[in-house]
Amino acid sequence: MSELTRMGAADLAQAIRSGAVSSVEVTQAHLNRIYDVDTGVHAFLHVSGEVALEAARAADARRSAGESASSLDGVPVAVKDVFTTAGIPTTCGSRILEGWVPPYDATVVSRLRKAGLPILGKTNMDEFAMGSSTEHSGYGPTRNPWDLERIPGGSGGGSAAAVAAGEAPLAVGTDTGGSIRQPGAVTGTVGVKPTYGGVSRYGLVALASSLDQAGPVARTVLDAALLHEVIGGHDPLDSTSIDRPLPPVVEAVRNADLSGLRVGVVKELGGEGYQSGVLARFDDAVKLMIEAGAEVVEVSCPHFVYGLAAYYLILPSEASSNLARFDAMRYGLRVLPEGVDAPSAEQVMNATREAGFGPEVKRRIILGTYALSSGYYDAYYGQAQKVRTLIARDFTAAFEKADVLVSPTAPTTAFKIGEKLDDPLAMYLNDIATVPASLAGVPGISLPSGLADEDGLPAGLQVLAPAMADDRLYRVGGALETMLQERWAGPLLDRVPKLEVRT
Amino acid sequence: MTVTDELLSYDDAVAAYDPVMGLEVHVELNTASKMFCGCSTEFGADPNTQVCPVCLGLPGSLPVINRTAVESAIRIGLALSCEIAPWCRFARKNYFYPDMPKNFQTSQYDEPIAFDGWTELDVDGELFRIGIERAHMEEDTGKSLHVGGSTGRIHGAQYSLVDYNRAGIPLIEIVTKPIEGAVAKAPAVARAYVAHLRELLLALGVSDVRMEQGSLRCDVNLSLRPHGQDAYGLRTETKNVNSLRSVERAVRYEICRQAAALAAGDRVVQETRHWHEDTGVTTSGRSKEQAEDYRYFPEPDLVPLAPSREWIGELRATLPEPPREHRARLQAEWGFSDLEMRDVVGAGALLSIEQTVAAGSTPQAARKWWLSELARRANEQGVELTALPITPGQVAEVQGLVDAGRVNDKLAREVLDGVLAGEGTPEEVVTARGLEVVSDDAALGTAVDRAIEANPDVAEKVRGGKTAAAGALIGAVMKEMRGQADASRVRELILERLS
Repeated sequence: MSELTRMGAADLAQAIRSGAVSSVEVTQAHLNRIYDVDTGVHAFLHVSGEVALEAARAADARRSAGESASSLDGVPVAVKDVFTTAGIPTTCGSRILEGWVPPYDATVVSRLRKAGLPILGKTNMDEFAMGSSTEHSGYGPTRNPWDLERIPGGSGGGSAAAVAAGEAPLAVGTDTGGSIRQPGAVTGTVGVKPTYGGVSRYGLVALASSLDQAGPVARTVLDAALLHEVIGGHDPLDSTSIDRPLPPVVEAVRNADLSGLRVGVVKELGGEGYQSGVLARFDDAVKLMIEAGAEVVEVSCPHFVYGLAAYYLILPSEASSNLARFDAMRYGLRVLPEGVDAPSAEQVMNATREAGFGPEVKRRIILGTYALSSGYYDAYYGQAQKVRTLIARDFTAAFEKADVLVSPTAPTTAFKIGEKLDDPLAMYLNDIATVPASLAGVPGISLPSGLADEDGLPAGLQVLAPAMADDRLYRVGGALETMLQERWAGPLLDRVPKLEVRT
Repeated sequence: MTVTDELLSYDDAVAAYDPVMGLEVHVELNTASKMFCGCSTEFGADPNTQVCPVCLGLPGSLPVINRTAVESAIRIGLALSCEIAPWCRFARKNYFYPDMPKNFQTSQYDEPIAFDGWTELDVDGELFRIGIERAHMEEDTGKSLHVGGSTGRIHGAQYSLVDYNRAGIPLIEIVTKPIEGAVAKAPAVARAYVAHLRELLLALGVSDVRMEQGSLRCDVNLSLRPHGQDAYGLRTETKNVNSLRSVERAVRYEICRQAAALAAGDRVVQETRHWHEDTGVTTSGRSKEQAEDYRYFPEPDLVPLAPSREWIGELRATLPEPPREHRARLQAEWGFSDLEMRDVVGAGALLSIEQTVAAGSTPQAARKWWLSELARRANEQGVELTALPITPGQVAEVQGLVDAGRVNDKLAREVLDGVLAGEGTPEEVVTARGLEVVSDDAALGTAVDRAIEANPDVAEKVRGGKTAAAGALIGAVMKEMRGQADASRVRELILERLS
């Protein structure tokens, strides 16, 4: 691994600004790294080398002219394959979109391009972001750089693995119930789910519209904040986008300080069902916060225990409708039914959806169709929405007692590929700690808390803040990261095993 | 269609049964851009040229509500005396069809923007109050063209084409409460309601309401119950009844058809029916009993709409005069009798006449052109009066030519023909077809002399004081002049010579 592919984005940006290195060199180094290790990791579904290098040359030209497009000008980035990218294939990890090249950029993508970040490629994901392991990708799983036999989390396993493996200094992910935070936890990276409406969803292929939120994936809390600033803020093309200034996230990292901060430990997000090593690292981190002057209290959010059940009704309901458009009529895969002479449109739709969607997608479409159907709506979707309101009220009450809430991000470290594939409920439990924030629309960050004693794999800690107080995540995350790295004598990611390099 | 339904005679049907109707009218708004994106709504563009990621439902695209469409919806609601919801949402109506890009329609379900209103209309001098259940916003679908079949329907077609230009055009759906008590007048009430709605929407300026272009489409729900019974019978919904005349005919047909079934002791099947404009019958569509479950739920890609009282107040101030008051005022201004006014309204000619008068014609002349010549032509072509390719301004121009003595009535009709055939403005048609009357007395005099010479018997009678006999001479002159003469001038010349 070259030094460039170990550096954080803030440091790379500084090096490019100072002229110590060019954007083309940085971008090429990452493209080389992808070439070297991605056969094993499989973080990328598509590498857009030429697009990236062209953007890098433009960034270098700006620098020569004394101009800069942003604080991350010239620093390359990987994009989860759920965002539309004009001229670059977009599949959402699904066979049904194989070969589709969108005619337009997602707002997040156009902001990345405008800010001068070369796009390295599109990262692997569970099909349509349905999953917690990236095993449900229609193009094969991504492997965790810490142990290639293990999952990198999901659905954004590709983005997290790319950052952990040094294939990209930054990535953009999406989090519907934990798809940025949980991969962050199991790969030792930093992942942020901003406040719902904080980052535009325009061009983000919807899984569950009321839950989906794009956010940064990075090696450090500061890097995440810098990327957050590039992609965040109001977008008139997204009606659910918040028309208010972005909270000062970068400033919050730079002034990180825990003294006097009230930290609430959520009683319901811990204990039984959580791996001992994950809980031990979480407890260590809480102790560090106390040492740094934080006031730690226990808070109870009694309705969180219903969060997963409500989530797995709301998400499939919305997804069943959002995914209806994949019907072979206008784009993507078209499969003709076998043995039918002159198939009707309906038969083509059926055959295409049968062939193009994987089992998890079909499972959720059926669940959602059922939950929305006449006679069941009130009992399922309606009831789930009520739980959602109760969870939001739990947050409101908790934030009266604490400025931020903390918990382990995921109940376990990375499990083995295939281990939970046949047990959807066990798979769904990975999201137990991340789902409440998604349902309430509040922001959360996951950062590495250390390695679990029993398996030596990374564990994550989650910080949650009230809506539009994303800066608090960075204040706490930044302070905790500094203390933890002192304890580890360097970034956790430096301990990622050396990956086998293609020769 | 091979199935021929038994029909009861209309008189027998309404003698035995009381029809209950519910009318659902879809109105395309005339906003410049679509409901949820910036694409143009212009009618008649090449297929699939007025589309973008949003109205094509491309993955990742998101809707943004068109403010003008909401304004139109609120104004329509206010004009129909509806309550305006202080807070409402859009909902997704889920079903698969190739002309619907997202396979769900963004519509409103249990939270319409306007609800619980009423409007009044005059049918043959009797006032009917129609309750309005709701008026809600939704987006239109694309348009399927089924190629290769004999019916233009999907059955029997070889392939289908889809034009998404229409997808996402804003629609308002206006639904009445059950219309009861019209009995034998039910078909006329249905027609009058749609005509009234059209007039109201035109006056609001929110839609072109061109039924032949599909910018106003009507579904007719109808059930029968024996006189004296309170409970409603099972209803049918006849889709896409797209002209005033068809609305009337479809209601009448369904009354006769359902009455025959009930009279025979059968039950009416609750179902969707298709209207056949050519044969004037309805045929069975899919049965409501196997109706689709639309799985409505609130549209998560849009935020709720909460129109402020101030905004509603501003929109209320923009409402035009209500139709009844408007009619009363025009009737007084024009000096029309009640009967004349009823004919005007019944023919859907009120606005055309108003605009023709505004363009300089007298009210009587405007009425004459629209209700005789133009109504006849519209009827011959089976289109609405307003669908004729002539403007009120052009009608006023034709009358101006008559008033100036440049054309006579017969020539004026030819001028209309030319305008309707797309030959240009009245003036252009007069020039191109050489229709101006001959006002040259020398030329006329020659023709008159020739007529007298050719008809000595008639001339003698006129000389003897029987001036009525001059008609035959006038006819001969007009024939020679190929109609291009002012008949009253010809008469003068004849009488001069034979006195």
